[in-house]
Formats: sequence, C-alpha cells, structure tokens
Amino acid sequence: MRGTSPCASCKLLRRRCAKGCIFAPYFPSDDPQKFAIVHKVFGASNVSKMLQELPIHQRADAVSSLVYEANARVRDPVYGCVGAISYLENQVSQLQMQLAVAQAEILCIQMQQEAATPTPLDQDDKSLILSSSNFNINSPHPQYLINFAASSTNLIQDPLKRESL
Amino acid sequence: MNSRCAACKYLRRRCPSDCIFSPYFPPNDPQRFACIHRIYGASNVARMLQQLPENQRASAVDCLYYEAQCRVQDPVYGCAGIISLLYQQIHNAETEIAKTQAQIALLIDSNTQEQQVYLHQNIEVESDLNILLQEQGDEFSLLGPPNQASSGFI
Repeated sequence: MRGTSPCASCKLLRRRCAKGCIFAPYFPSDDPQKFAIVHKVFGASNVSKMLQELPIHQRADAVSSLVYEANARVRDPVYGCVGAISYLENQVSQLQMQLAVAQAEILCIQMQQEAATPTPLDQDDKSLILSSSNFNINSPHPQYLINFAASSTNLIQDPLKRESL
Repeated sequence: MNSRCAACKYLRRRCPSDCIFSPYFPPNDPQRFACIHRIYGASNVARMLQQLPENQRASAVDCLYYEAQCRVQDPVYGCAGIISLLYQQIHNAETEIAKTQAQIALLIDSNTQEQQVYLHQNIEVESDLNILLQEQGDEFSLLGPPNQASSGFI
C-alpha cells in the first residue's frame, strides 16, 4: 500500500517525503505555488532552518508570513514588503493629521459656543421683568429694561413728579 | 591591495573584480551581509541582484537588509507583523476620525438649536414687553395728559 503523497516541498525538491518532513504540515501537495514562491525568495534550507528554530505551535504563522513576504518580493523585486510599509506609514501619518484637525475643530466650536452664546433667559427672569413696575416708558429699547430690571421703584415716579410740579 | 567585500569575507572566498556583492556590502559592515545571508542565503541574493538593473540594486539590498532584520527580531511574523500593526493603526485612526466628525456634527446641530431657542425667547420677551407697554400706554391715555395725573401717582 502506497504511503501518502509527497508534500509540495518534496515534490518540488524531488525527494522522498519522510514521515517527519518539516514542510509537510504547511505545504500540502494541492498548493504547489505556495512552496515554490517561498523557495524562490528564501530557499528551502533557510525555510527549514527557520521552522526548526520555532516551537511547533508557531510554525503555521511563520509560514504564512514567509509566504506573504515572498509574494511581496516577487511583486516588487526592489522594495518588497518595505514598499508596503512605507505606503502604510504614510497613510497612518495622514490620518493622524486629519484626526488632529478634527479634534481642534471640536475645541474651536466649543470655545465659540461658550463665548458667543449668552445665558438664555429662563422663566424666572421673564417673570421678574414682566411683573416689575420699573418701566420707563420713555426708554428707547426694550433691551435696556432687562438690564435694570432690579432698579428702584422711584424711577417710574420721577417723570410724573416732574410733570406735576 | 584590494580588500574583500563583506560578502566574500563571510563566504571565505576570493572577491573578484566584478563581484556582484561588493558595491553593496563594504568590508566595514560585516553584520549587513551576515543578516541577509541568514534569512535569504547568498545564492538567492545574488540571483535577485542579477535580475535587477544596476541603479536599483542598492535600494533592493537596503530593503532586503531591513526585512532580514525584522525577521531576526521577530522570527514568527517578520515584516508581516509590522504591516499588520499598521493596518490596525489605520483602522483605529479611521474609527476615531468618524467618531470625531460625528461629534462635530452634533455640536453644530445643538449650537444651531440653542441659538434658535435663544432668539425665540428674546422675541417672546420683546413681544410681552410691547404688550405691557401698550397696556400701560392705554392706562395713561385714560388718565389724561401728564399734568393731570400727578395726584394719582405720588
């Protein structure tokens, strides 16, 4: 009875796929391209050395990242992953600037609100103004009345006193 | 006497005049080639350099060195770990920007509403005052000209 088929690595390297082949768990025979690209950039012996230096539970992630880097290097033979890092760092920088601008805008709006909006009149203020008899009918502008709503009562009587003299 | 480049020193071989490594691996920086060799291997690096035009090889070696260093520092994720982190930072920054812009919209909206309420209150007060003044004005007119009103008010 034949054993299992060789893994993609041993197929590419044209060797017998041993029982404890270090590549077999991560390079199945149905995905030959995966090992091919890693072998092209890093070389089989380097990949084997790297995997041997890692605990078993970390090897799958290591293989994934090696495949990622190898693909980046094949796509961009000059800059590889560094090109992507440079681009992403630039994006992060721009976004951080946008965020700083937006946060400054909030501060600005809050400051404008505090400075520009006077305390709105509440019902007590209105009642005080309306119930007070301290009105000078000769006053040119109602706003003036609000400002001395608490003035003394003799104000209303003065023009009448003068008239009566 | 020509000294060998760092690559040929490391590989313990003669450094030919047309050595592909020598322009990029000066003898005073042995770590550079050692690191790259550990991850990529000499033959792979030589092949990659040969496939590039000469004016791009220096940049390629710099990038290979950077990636090799990342892999040495992080044997599991290497450069891919840095890229993953950057994507996370981008996502976080975009989320924060969206939240901040929503806050701005809310502030502007509440500011507009407050101004409308304030204006409305002012109009109400002015309207009430005008009514009261009108009423008082009517009372005075009933009492006649001012010189006849003094006895009623003092």
